[in-house]
Amino acid sequence: MQATNILFLILGLGCFAFYLGRGRSLAIAKPLGGIRHLHSLPSYYGFHAAIWCALPSLILLSLWLVFDDLLINSMVMDALPDIDAPTDAASYNLLLNKIANIADGILPRTAENSALIAAADQMINLRVISRWSLTALILTLSLVGLTWAWSRTAQLFRARPVVERVAENLLLACACLAIFTTIGIVFSVMFESIQFFRSVPFFDFVFGLDWSPQTAIREDQVGSSGSFGAVPLFVGTLLISAVAMIVAVPVGLMSAIFLAEYANKTVRSYVKPALEVLAGIPTVVYGFFAALTVAPFLRDLGASFGLSVSSESALAAGGVMGVMIIPFISSLADDVITAVPQSMRDGSLAMGATKSETVRRVIIPAALPGIVGGIMLAVSRAIGETMIVVMAAGMAARLTANPLESVTTVTVQIVTLLTGDQEFDSPKTLAAFALGLMLFSVTLLLNIFALHIVKKYREQYE
Amino acid sequence: MSKPVNNLEKIRKSLNRRNRAEKRFRWYGLVAVLIGLAAVAVLFTDIISKGHGAFRITYMQLEVNYDQDLIGINNLTDPEQLMLGDWQAIPKVALRNQFPDVSGRKDKRNLYKLVSNGAGFDLKDRLLANPLLLGTSETIWVLTDDDIDTYYKSWLDGEPYAARLSDKQVTWIHELHDEGKIRLQFNSNLFTRGDSREPEQAGIRGAVMGSLLTLILTLLLSFPIGVSAAIYLEEFAPKNGWTDFIEVNINNLAAVPSIIFGLLGLAIFINFFHIPRSVPIVGGLVLTLMTLPTIIITSRAAIKSVPPSIREAALGMGASKYQMVLHHVLPLALPGMLTGAIIGMAQALGESAPLLMIGMVAFIVDIPGGFSDPATVLPVQIFLWADSPERAFIEKTSAAIMVLLSFLIIMNTSAVWLRKRLERRW
Repeated sequence: MQATNILFLILGLGCFAFYLGRGRSLAIAKPLGGIRHLHSLPSYYGFHAAIWCALPSLILLSLWLVFDDLLINSMVMDALPDIDAPTDAASYNLLLNKIANIADGILPRTAENSALIAAADQMINLRVISRWSLTALILTLSLVGLTWAWSRTAQLFRARPVVERVAENLLLACACLAIFTTIGIVFSVMFESIQFFRSVPFFDFVFGLDWSPQTAIREDQVGSSGSFGAVPLFVGTLLISAVAMIVAVPVGLMSAIFLAEYANKTVRSYVKPALEVLAGIPTVVYGFFAALTVAPFLRDLGASFGLSVSSESALAAGGVMGVMIIPFISSLADDVITAVPQSMRDGSLAMGATKSETVRRVIIPAALPGIVGGIMLAVSRAIGETMIVVMAAGMAARLTANPLESVTTVTVQIVTLLTGDQEFDSPKTLAAFALGLMLFSVTLLLNIFALHIVKKYREQYE
Repeated sequence: MSKPVNNLEKIRKSLNRRNRAEKRFRWYGLVAVLIGLAAVAVLFTDIISKGHGAFRITYMQLEVNYDQDLIGINNLTDPEQLMLGDWQAIPKVALRNQFPDVSGRKDKRNLYKLVSNGAGFDLKDRLLANPLLLGTSETIWVLTDDDIDTYYKSWLDGEPYAARLSDKQVTWIHELHDEGKIRLQFNSNLFTRGDSREPEQAGIRGAVMGSLLTLILTLLLSFPIGVSAAIYLEEFAPKNGWTDFIEVNINNLAAVPSIIFGLLGLAIFINFFHIPRSVPIVGGLVLTLMTLPTIIITSRAAIKSVPPSIREAALGMGASKYQMVLHHVLPLALPGMLTGAIIGMAQALGESAPLLMIGMVAFIVDIPGGFSDPATVLPVQIFLWADSPERAFIEKTSAAIMVLLSFLIIMNTSAVWLRKRLERRW
């Protein structure tokens, strides 16, 4: 039976258990003179039965689905005759894939050696056995749970606290998913990165000046040294982010000031959503715009001044990224500016300061921590932005600070290293995870710091 | 008594300077806002001016003959014959009849290039739908090649662009135009077909279906989990270090670059759990993890906005804490939560970077029908088309962007509408 069918079976049994449990409590209550004689409402008895029936089966199902493939694979591989048994991890995976493909009918059975076909048959057998024993186990488990709940249902049985305790734990589990996600991210990038740093020393990676991740397939191949010095990528990322910030910070900040301090209510109510449209546009659209409109425009503009501007210039990618970040900065700045107490404005104006002087000398200094926090969040977003740079920035790692040239970024390299077919444990793919680790750590630090500043500042005036 | 006069003079001068500074500052603000608005305007006009053409495509009229010997079939129910039949021969012969003067191999090859190389299969589908046509002739509009389409549209706009066309092909097009045998029609292929290497046959149906499947899964997972987490954190969580830790985690995850979620999906779901690449299941799981923080944060705000008096009243009437939450707080907070969910879904719909990591960039022609069929999504389709060298894909890409943006505009306006309509002010 398919896993989804088993899931529906469990859910169906759960509903059935709910009605049985509820019906039983009603039946108990009737001779006593109504449900007010029960400890809990009838539906709680129903939920109690449903929980006992479905929850253990659901846990079993998820564990089974996680582990049955691993188990079947190792059993199949153990049963292989010694001559075919692989020696290292790579050929192990290759052989396993081959057997799985034969079992799934993707590879033809003819022209394969008989040991492999036998292994494939064994795999099919084991899979069938696994599914049927799972179904049987789950049915038994559900029925046992149901009977247990049924037998516990009585007039004074405290069903509500039981159900509520289970529900609270489920809610807690949902809340903890955020922690598991973080742990998952840390582990997945850490694990592969450690493997990567085994073949490429950490300091060569962080301080190396040469990035050419093509590893040689043949010994004597030219130009495929496979050097992993990430400094050009860091510089490229910083260059593009800097261009983005030069566009976004003044425009975003000034428009926030204008909207918060100068514009009247009607203008504000139209202009603010119009600016926020920029935040809702998918990054792939910005990427297309940068690559097909802005970059050629800048190249032609540069040519008319006699400058040679690359058609994948950092200026185009960074500029468009800056436009994307404008609403982000302007709405964060708007929040902190409007949070500055009116009394401070009134005090400054009463002393004879003009509005702009009030803004520059009173409001901005008061709102500065919040603004800085917002800008840091924006920087972290610019560093992690992917689609715009993948579409509009270059592929070649070049160590330059000239925004008219083409540079590449960390995210571009992660995407190029991981899209397409390649074996998973080559340094080339592992390098992507090491870059991911760098990206995650830097953005995490920026975020924690920025969120801390913003939060502290907010509390100050609340 | 000359001092006060001097001071007044000084003040007047400085006042002028300060007022000028004030005016300048105001102008800076206005200019900043205008730059922002101009960016919106330029972006939209650029996309629309590039993409509007893709909604119409060039067809040419041909007198086709469904000749049995020509195609090499005699039985329309035999799948083998259907597969081996020379379908492209139908439009080829029709083209030769249309331009009887053309001779020579090279010219003939150029002539055949006028129609799309999928035209024969379109005719096959038409024949299968109306088997009685076999052996007869009819006059029919067939799809032209993308180069012809690009040229014809640009010529109609007054700026002919004939990059890959030979001079003869251009004359043929003009002959057809003078006879009224070439025209623009509504491009239904764009909405009914999957991806293709040939721009004139490529459509967004597959990507839209992939996006839909992925989003359904994302919504089904992230909304209940997000709301549960928000309820726990707002109503049940004790104030302790663990709760603070959860909160810090959620706030940080909201700001983690989306590509990192792609790495997570690749390492955990694909390499560890061995879920196949390119399927909406993995896409949905990754996008769930990505949108969860947004949904939790907005749901918490919605729960917070329900006044404590309602909770106290419910508890005072003897409701348990769960009954209070389920019967009173949740229904009142639901509009705000739904708004948050729609915004989260809009974010997920536009996201492409993490999906590149989990292999949803594959070239997929078939339209996905289930959660475990290989699929791509609309933003990734845009990315793929934007990378294609054919000029005709530029307008296709822009058209796909227009479709994506209209979905997003619908979602966001409905979120705003929902908030205005259902949200209560206490």
